[in-house]
Amino acid sequence: MNGRLRQTLAAAPAWAYVLLLYGFIFLPVAVLVLFSFQTSRVPIPPFNGPSLRWYEAVFADARMMDALGNSIIVAISSSLVAVVLGFLAAYALARHRLPFAGLLQGMLVAPLTVSYLIIGMGLLITFNQVGVPKSLLTIGIGHVVINLPLCFAIIFSQMGAQQAIVERAARDLGAREWQVMALVTVPMLWPALFASFFLAVTFSWDEFIIAFLLSRFDVTLPVEIWSMLRTGLNPKTNAVGSFVFLISIAIVLALDFVIFGRRQA
Amino acid sequence: MSGTPPGQSNLRAWGLLLPAVAWTAAFFAVPLAIMAAYSVWQRVGGKIVTDVTLANYQSFFGKSFLLESLINSIEVSLIVTGISVLLAYPLAWILAERVPPRWQRLALILAVLPFWTSYVVRSYSWLLVLSEGGILSNFLLDIGLTAEPVSFANNRGATVVGFVHFFVMLLTLTIYANLVQLPKNYARAAADLGAGPIRSFVYVTLPLTLPGIMVGAFLTFVLCIGDYITPQILGGNRELLLPQTIMMQIARRSDFPMASALAMILMLVVTLAYIACARWLRIDRV
Amino acid sequence: MSAPAVEFREISMRFGDKLALDRIDLEIAEAAFVVLLGPSGSGKTTLLNILGGFLEPTSGRVLINGEDATRVPPAKRSTTTVFQDYALFPHMSVAANVGFGLKMRKVDRSERDQRVARALEMVGLADFGARRIHELSGGQRQRVALARALVVEPAVLLLDEPLGALDLKLRRQMQEELKLIQKRVGTTFVHVTHDQEEAMAIADTIVVLNDGAIEDIGEPERIYLRPASRFSARFMGENNLFEGTVKSAGGGRVEVETARGTLPAAGDAEPGTRVALSLRPEHLYTEAGDGLLEIGEVEVVEAGFFGTHHQCLATLPGHEEALRVRLDQKRIARAGDRLKLYVDPTDLVLLQR
Repeated sequence: MNGRLRQTLAAAPAWAYVLLLYGFIFLPVAVLVLFSFQTSRVPIPPFNGPSLRWYEAVFADARMMDALGNSIIVAISSSLVAVVLGFLAAYALARHRLPFAGLLQGMLVAPLTVSYLIIGMGLLITFNQVGVPKSLLTIGIGHVVINLPLCFAIIFSQMGAQQAIVERAARDLGAREWQVMALVTVPMLWPALFASFFLAVTFSWDEFIIAFLLSRFDVTLPVEIWSMLRTGLNPKTNAVGSFVFLISIAIVLALDFVIFGRRQA
Repeated sequence: MSGTPPGQSNLRAWGLLLPAVAWTAAFFAVPLAIMAAYSVWQRVGGKIVTDVTLANYQSFFGKSFLLESLINSIEVSLIVTGISVLLAYPLAWILAERVPPRWQRLALILAVLPFWTSYVVRSYSWLLVLSEGGILSNFLLDIGLTAEPVSFANNRGATVVGFVHFFVMLLTLTIYANLVQLPKNYARAAADLGAGPIRSFVYVTLPLTLPGIMVGAFLTFVLCIGDYITPQILGGNRELLLPQTIMMQIARRSDFPMASALAMILMLVVTLAYIACARWLRIDRV
Repeated sequence: MSAPAVEFREISMRFGDKLALDRIDLEIAEAAFVVLLGPSGSGKTTLLNILGGFLEPTSGRVLINGEDATRVPPAKRSTTTVFQDYALFPHMSVAANVGFGLKMRKVDRSERDQRVARALEMVGLADFGARRIHELSGGQRQRVALARALVVEPAVLLLDEPLGALDLKLRRQMQEELKLIQKRVGTTFVHVTHDQEEAMAIADTIVVLNDGAIEDIGEPERIYLRPASRFSARFMGENNLFEGTVKSAGGGRVEVETARGTLPAAGDAEPGTRVALSLRPEHLYTEAGDGLLEIGEVEVVEAGFFGTHHQCLATLPGHEEALRVRLDQKRIARAGDRLKLYVDPTDLVLLQR
């Protein structure tokens, strides 16, 4: 017993540290969610809730809902483009010996090393110069730029020798090129394709600076939330933030269930 | 992953590769080049004058607030990186070594969970804690440490707190991943040869995880120095960081050439950081 | 007679509801090369880990040089281990690796360098001190691991299947070297393997483990030629078993009634007991001779050439399993051949369990 007690006491500092840090990590978000149910106009103590009036305000806010819809559209479409381009490029580089392969790979991955602010600025200046107006399309283009390297890298890393051997077997059995790609490569790469799509959607959905720089009238949700910050501390901001939070959790839980749950079954 | 199989021409390969490369060239490489060009042009009276000049860069070194914003950025990023690594490593270590394996995944998910809010909202939520009348202020009032509401926001400290909050999570994940893939036999061999837990950590675990730490630290520094959102929300107006001055040039003055010059300087700093860390960033053999 | 280097007293190890070791009592003599031999899951590695201090037994005691070491952590134990994957520190040079244990014992620089140099010389890597680990081949890494473990002069050296990753030729070479080094330094070696040929080649004493219990223990010749149990007989090499019942016993000899008639064997058993007689393939002869009993005529089903000999499977009428017979290198047997087999009764081993 003495040994066990000593062991537990020895572990106490570690647990204290863990609790402290987790407390730090959860603190602001806990406050955010709590005060989204605030009744009064300011999301600071004292707490006088619970009330759903700010959630109602969010859903009643037409601009907000439009922004939400825009975010979804931009996220899904730009991610699809990124995954497709990334897949084609990964296939080309992984299955053929091309000159300058290293250089091309480096170029495709390069945008990962540049701050989103700079990528956004570059596009802003370019579109300005060329006369392309700011819109959801320009935002989408920017998001493809930041997500393409990621999709490419993830898919490319999964196209290893093992995969190549299976494709060779398919060819050996008489499949034509497009059949190999459609019936063997893509299904086998499904987890990588899905993971990169999901990751791209996540990054696009939450992305602020490029969307801010490249939008005019139609904005995405983060940009709309940003303009709301002009009004200072506002439970409506809490509400929309908590709403985004809850949706994200719900999606991840659903995915976890669908993907991992099914695999365990 | 070797040579091109027969029947598959390289021409096809180029065709597959083209869209991605073209997109990257058109929407990444070209804009950067144009930005570089802009950085040596000037905005005079509402129009772009395309005579090559280093005036923007000279202004940068001349105008103290511009140079200061760079120095502030570097200082803040270094502080944030240092604090985040120091806080994250022990947490990652405890998660990897002391938490029962069954609970580790849950612990990690919990650590990441609060960041499922929008990044903008997450930074905003620190205002709820730090500003006058916020949680911290109220707490101090309640326990009698202050007589009036106090604001901890709108200064460098708040920015650092906001950054550390995010990067501790990021670094915990990366350092954890690093620790977990370290073969257990290294620690066993060290113990077997007489090393107690402290010396085993100092001589074996720490050096072996150092490359991983450096990668995480580099990532932290680069992401931190290029971030506009957190300093803008939490930093207040007294001290500006580089991304904020860049945005100022764009939003308030539409001075794209100046903004471009500042952006080039930011990229230069990142490149220098990369060179400094290059030893650890190579994908090395072990 | 000096005290044993290692004593296991009633060592049991339980993982959840699995009993990995069941009340093991074992003594390991000073300066002996002992091999713990057994299939995977036999508990041999568990026993080694308990000796090394990486596992605390559920019950029982471990004594090293007479002192109770059961709860002593690895760092303070006078054992060192050569791990299966060598566990050489990749960020240190060869010399730094070998000197690590000395550094932990606060040996000063000059003495450390000297001892490291001597250790490297002993394993044949005299000039390798400055090299990095990733530059070394598998065999070289193995030697560095050995040097690192020996340089601190442990009471017992533990080897956890260290030769598994090496190809055959290298393995044979390392087996010889291990034996030579052990004789030279005089340290007690405890070596774990599942390879019975390796065990026989290097051990002074083999401990055969199965399912958490000791099946057999003794010199390689004795264990091979006179195994103590069916498991031991089968595990040590190819063998043939003749099942039967004891007909009569007396004077250290028994008569066993088998499907092939009555066979005599040395040993003691109650008449009526069900026993088996073990016979090695090389102890079946194809020509009559002095003192040889005829077993019967067999038909060859399959024959293989193994370089030094032929081995064939042959069916014996009335005998369930095909017999494994070893034939001369120059003797060619083909499927369908009929052979008469003879046996020397002194080669028959009586097995009661």
